[in-house]
Amino acid sequence: MRKLSAFNITALVLGIGFLYLPIVILVVYSFNASRLVAVWGGWSMRWYAVLAQDAALLQAASISFRVAFISASVATFLGTLAAVALVRFGRFRGRLPFAAMIYAPLVMPEVITGLSMLLLFVAVSIDRGFWTVVIAHTTMVTCFVAVIVQSRLVDFDVSLEEAAMDLGASPAQTFVLVTLPLIFPAIAASWMLAFALSLDDLVIASFTTGPGATTLPIRIYSEVRLGVSPEMNAVCTIVVAVVGLAVIAASILTKLSAARGAPARVQP
Amino acid sequence: MNPQPQRSRLAGIVLWLPYAWLVAFFLLPFLIVLKISLSQSAIAQPPYTPLFDLSAGWSGVRSFFAGLSLDNYVFLGSDPLYVVSYMKSLQIAAFSTLMLLVIGYPIAYAITRTAPRLQAVLVVLVILPFWTSFLIRIYAWMNILQHDGPLNQLLLALHIVREPPAWLSTNTAVYIGIVYSYLPFMILPLYAALEKLDQSLLEAAADLGCPRWRTFWSITLPLSAPGVVAGSLLCFIPIVGEFVIPDLLGGSQTAMIGQAIWSEFFANKDWPTAAAVAVVLVCLLVTPIVVFQHQTMRGMERD
Repeated sequence: MRKLSAFNITALVLGIGFLYLPIVILVVYSFNASRLVAVWGGWSMRWYAVLAQDAALLQAASISFRVAFISASVATFLGTLAAVALVRFGRFRGRLPFAAMIYAPLVMPEVITGLSMLLLFVAVSIDRGFWTVVIAHTTMVTCFVAVIVQSRLVDFDVSLEEAAMDLGASPAQTFVLVTLPLIFPAIAASWMLAFALSLDDLVIASFTTGPGATTLPIRIYSEVRLGVSPEMNAVCTIVVAVVGLAVIAASILTKLSAARGAPARVQP
Repeated sequence: MNPQPQRSRLAGIVLWLPYAWLVAFFLLPFLIVLKISLSQSAIAQPPYTPLFDLSAGWSGVRSFFAGLSLDNYVFLGSDPLYVVSYMKSLQIAAFSTLMLLVIGYPIAYAITRTAPRLQAVLVVLVILPFWTSFLIRIYAWMNILQHDGPLNQLLLALHIVREPPAWLSTNTAVYIGIVYSYLPFMILPLYAALEKLDQSLLEAAADLGCPRWRTFWSITLPLSAPGVVAGSLLCFIPIVGEFVIPDLLGGSQTAMIGQAIWSEFFANKDWPTAAAVAVVLVCLLVTPIVVFQHQTMRGMERD
């Protein structure tokens, strides 16, 4: 049996503490009654009440949610197709550039992706606004979906598919009746993560947005540049809560997905 | 081996739909950036020339190519501002990647030493901030690092400092922000590599009387090399082009190249220069990106 040394425990405690403490401080400050962020004035829901009156902010939040919903849905569809093509189609012609286009956006600096998308929209004279942000976000998150679904398909017990086909199912039937239900939790998880990524994005949205389509991060960024404020602490707390819940749900789904249909593994 | 399904019309759609989308919205935009970086800035809408005018026929195409020039690149090379920004970005990215490795490795290693059930929980705990808003996590640090914020209050209370030091608008703040934001990107690949490590090798080394530091140095570290490479690239490449962190936490001396693209575009409205800055950045990153793709693809195929 492996043993945890004092060094291991210190690394874990400091590491997890470092990752979470700033967010905890932010959440606590959002309930601070004082207008001065750094002075504690007792617990209060005051800044949440102020937020509820901020029409521009609510508008931005609603735009962000709609963008995230549409782009996550389209990206989940495209990303799942891409993953199936990568895992199941063998070495087809054009596979290398295809795989390159899936993996490159994962690390590409956002300023470059944002700038290039914008210049495309200008070149084909599309007016920038809601739909250009949707297209840009869909492109960005499709790759994340593809990678998540791909890693699930790689783990997949192929004998289940082979059994279905031996019994006379067509490839399409096999996919819909056998593969899809088994990888569904991974697909649902990647939808939620795609949603969270789109909801979060500032840089790409700033380049591709237009009049009337200010997303929540753009709005938060323009306030935050001027300094810390209690209202912003409250907005950020709400976003953290929403995204946190989505991610927890997603990771539970991934767990379920790994438990289902995976080849039996011998525990070490 | 995977079964090779009959390549029906349906299979064609499965492949060509995402393929076409990525060509249209990922590859094509890059070619446009390349083209605009060779154009001249103009006071017009869109603010650059030459424009591609197919209606003018062959002469339109000829005059289009005649109008392209390398002037923007010559300008970038001659202006020390850009050269310094590139160097600064590469330097900050290299140094913070090193810090991330030093901080991330012990954490990833410690996770693999815990019981399997706890491991799963710890991995989720590491992933959680990775998907939580980037912007908000940087903003959380603005709270902490501000002049009368919790960090300075703590330092004053412990009598470590007499005068509250200024943290915001410094290099230190940028490094803190980068390490904080990218730590999950470093821990996860390291964990994935360390978790696959065959424990019996370590036991064998211990049985044969190998000291623990030597076991680590000659077994654990070399076997986790793919994780080290993947984690470093996953951090280094985006950090070079980072915009939000230096913009919110850094000062004028931490001008990184991502900010240069942003301000050329939004403040100076000089699109061709912004495009040229971006093209040079992609050229600088092309080697690490190709290595990253190669690694990822190999990782996917081996499993």
